[in-house]
Amino acid sequence: MAVTKKSKPSTYFSLGADIHDTKAPAGPIDKKWQARQLQAKLVNPANRRKLTVIIVGTGLAGAAAGATLGEAGYNVHSFCYQDSPRRAHSIAAQGGINAAKNYRNDNDSVHRLFYDTVKGGDYRARETNVYRLAEISAGIIDQCVAQGVPFAREYGGLLDTRSFGGVQVQRTFYARGQTGQQLLIGAYQALERQVAAGTVTMHSRHDMMEVIVHNGKARGIVTRDLISGKIEAWYADAVVLASGGYGNVFFLSTNAMGSNVTAAWRAHRKGAYMANPCYTQIHPTCIPVQGDHQSKLTLMSESLRNDGRIWVPKDPADAEKDPRQIPEEDRDYYLERIYPSFGNLVPRDIASRQAKYMCDDGRGVGPLISEVTQEGVSQQRRRGVYLDFADAIARLGKAAVEKLYGNLFDMYAQITGEDPYATPMRIYPAVHYVMGGLWVDYDLMSSIPGLYVAGEANFSDHGANRLGASALMQGLGDGYFVLPNTINDYLADGPFEKIDDATPAAVEALEAAKARVDRLLAVDGTRTVDSFHREVGAIMWEYCGMERTEEGLQIAIEKIRALREEFWTNVKVPGTGVDFNQALERAGRVIDFIDLAELMCIDALNRRESCGGHFRRESQTEDGEALRHDDEFAYVAAWEYAGDGEAPILHMEPLNYEAIELKQRSYK
Amino acid sequence: MKITLKVWRQANKDAKGSMKTYRLDDVSEDMSFLEMLDMLNEDLTTKGGEPVAFDSDCREGICGMCGVVIKGSAHGRYESPIATTTCQLHMRYFADGAVIEVEPWRAGAFPVVKDLVVDRSAFDRIIQAGGFISANTGSAPEAHSTPAPKHLADRAFDNACCIGCGACVAACPNGSGMLFTAAKITHLANLPQGQPERHSRVKAMVAAHDGVGFGGCQNVGECAAVCPKKVPLESIAQLNRDLFASLFKSV
Repeated sequence: MAVTKKSKPSTYFSLGADIHDTKAPAGPIDKKWQARQLQAKLVNPANRRKLTVIIVGTGLAGAAAGATLGEAGYNVHSFCYQDSPRRAHSIAAQGGINAAKNYRNDNDSVHRLFYDTVKGGDYRARETNVYRLAEISAGIIDQCVAQGVPFAREYGGLLDTRSFGGVQVQRTFYARGQTGQQLLIGAYQALERQVAAGTVTMHSRHDMMEVIVHNGKARGIVTRDLISGKIEAWYADAVVLASGGYGNVFFLSTNAMGSNVTAAWRAHRKGAYMANPCYTQIHPTCIPVQGDHQSKLTLMSESLRNDGRIWVPKDPADAEKDPRQIPEEDRDYYLERIYPSFGNLVPRDIASRQAKYMCDDGRGVGPLISEVTQEGVSQQRRRGVYLDFADAIARLGKAAVEKLYGNLFDMYAQITGEDPYATPMRIYPAVHYVMGGLWVDYDLMSSIPGLYVAGEANFSDHGANRLGASALMQGLGDGYFVLPNTINDYLADGPFEKIDDATPAAVEALEAAKARVDRLLAVDGTRTVDSFHREVGAIMWEYCGMERTEEGLQIAIEKIRALREEFWTNVKVPGTGVDFNQALERAGRVIDFIDLAELMCIDALNRRESCGGHFRRESQTEDGEALRHDDEFAYVAAWEYAGDGEAPILHMEPLNYEAIELKQRSYK
Repeated sequence: MKITLKVWRQANKDAKGSMKTYRLDDVSEDMSFLEMLDMLNEDLTTKGGEPVAFDSDCREGICGMCGVVIKGSAHGRYESPIATTTCQLHMRYFADGAVIEVEPWRAGAFPVVKDLVVDRSAFDRIIQAGGFISANTGSAPEAHSTPAPKHLADRAFDNACCIGCGACVAACPNGSGMLFTAAKITHLANLPQGQPERHSRVKAMVAAHDGVGFGGCQNVGECAAVCPKKVPLESIAQLNRDLFASLFKSV
């Protein structure tokens, strides 16, 4: 589908030239990756140790890339902000990892996984990248098993799989409810093996503050040692950002407390395009907000929707009643009512949006939460819906339910103090993942030569919505198999000219990092860093969350700009820059979130269509479902930074679907 | 709820530390322990004080980054009805008016960085010594070429679930990291893929454990009692069996 109607520039942005991925070779889709591997220039094993690669982030993508490039013989420097690479937030993924193994003999194939991923992404992903991901998926499982990842097994000793996220084949491999943890520990151990072998040098408790771009190439980074406060430059022939997603822009999300956009945002300011920043995934089955002091939200695997039934009271007056005292005829099983064929298993975005509508309508349950609506009205609403296992317990018995979901029920009980076997759980949607990220070509190289981006930090594979159990697949796929077969094409021209702390690009980056720390400490205002984070999060959740409108997004942009002004005049960062200062770490992250928030709203404003997890109120069908506009928006929106206070520049990458026909989703 | 906190304050690893007392009047029982510390820090910052440094990241009990000693027990295990990390401990388990002592992990191998933050990189060095299977990317055989008996795979998992938080070390009177080390030994020793390096691994990891300054194990069992992931004490027996067997192998 060709984009026939072009976006017009507005006061919020200007238009740049279209961009294209130039690395995926021509030819049939199932031969492209093989062809690219054949075309890519190679680096002689004896020369690899002369080439240095910096990797920022040690999650699945970063640890896998670090281990693999180390094994290949490159000189790798790996950085993370945590105290150990094993802490990266990939560890929190619960459900599983997809792979087209067809072990179940249920018609699965590379093509079907490819198709499901593109369709799940609502036709906003780049076809070539997704096909490659499906192609390498089986090898990821082999690699993890060889490392000793304890996947769930059948009694015969072979690997168990399950169906996940509404797909009809059983292609999801899992390790109890802790798949992310086990995969990450596998990659971490492979990384530590290379640390011992001397190919990888690990720098934990380091924040990346700048990219060093010399003669148009990414040649290093500037970091701050979080213990000593030392600001230092590191040089390399290529830089890989595997720094994760930016869901924490919403303050309350399922991300880790430290998950941040700073590495990606600093690269964006140096010339890396940010693609589809407004594409956010909101997960329907999270534990609701309890009060004003909440620091994060906890996700429960959406496998709960296989047996739990979702409902709210028909009458708002029943909100405070004991749910067990509300008779069947007074309950509204709204998903079963609106979507009789899919019921409680509708896709994540629909389940999330309907929960919001029920609560907007005053029929939510749980504690009253203070909020300000898009129209500026202050109100209190209950933000929760029931997820009820009473039928499942009656049908299967408590023991069977416990076997299936015991760990999730325990987690729920621990956090809420309620017993989910006796009374229905309460759930509400929460920000979980971002599909947007830095723009990359087929080789995973950003618009800055020599700067690569892997895992959730890039935009490439999930379009406007990610399929369940695909994040782990992408992180490991990028790190183990894609990057190590593409980065050599670039490194083959190295080693590049030697640079050091006296090179103008390094001087500039070092001074910028130091000036930033000084500026944050100098404001010495009256508001804490966290209060700014909460405020930007509340703005984003209300105006750029599950449902967006033209007017609302414009209001949000004004509010964000005012908040930025206030931040730089009134933030209070205690302590100094030369020791361990967690408020200072957070301050740097929060101001980058505020800057990102504005770009997210501009991107959302431009995309006047509903697609994937992104619902625009102005773009819906007669019965209120999401309506895409392929003739206008079948493109990747890649944003170029134009300077502080300048309108960003939009570059469009048209999405050409050759192997797949575009269709409108329907779950009725 | 009203609570009184006695918190260990130490400016850096070389400074002398001491317990400082703080009062909070408006703690909600739905808060997690760390959200209560967040509240203390907001309060301290607004009043011009310096916030208390503490580590946390995922806040859902899986990354292993958080961990403090609460009223004398690691992660406040003895305040909670079930095994827990600090981030999953909630204020509803404390009485109104409670006095709560909060200290960092105390162990020779975990020097204090600041306040409640310690350096646990000694754990990484134990893993570097052999806590892995040497399988380069790309070299793996088809996943189903080697079946693994389910009961052994489950046993491997029961140990692989270790989150590396260090509670076992903090709870041990000897500051031993033996449960952490044993968890990795037992995880890999129960999988077919882990067999080729089984004996060299146990020797190297135990040597590294002793080398980085952890104390010896006397089977006190406090480590397993506070473990948020319930890594079993018998894993240490597996480590000892494998270590003994390795003495007769030329590895």
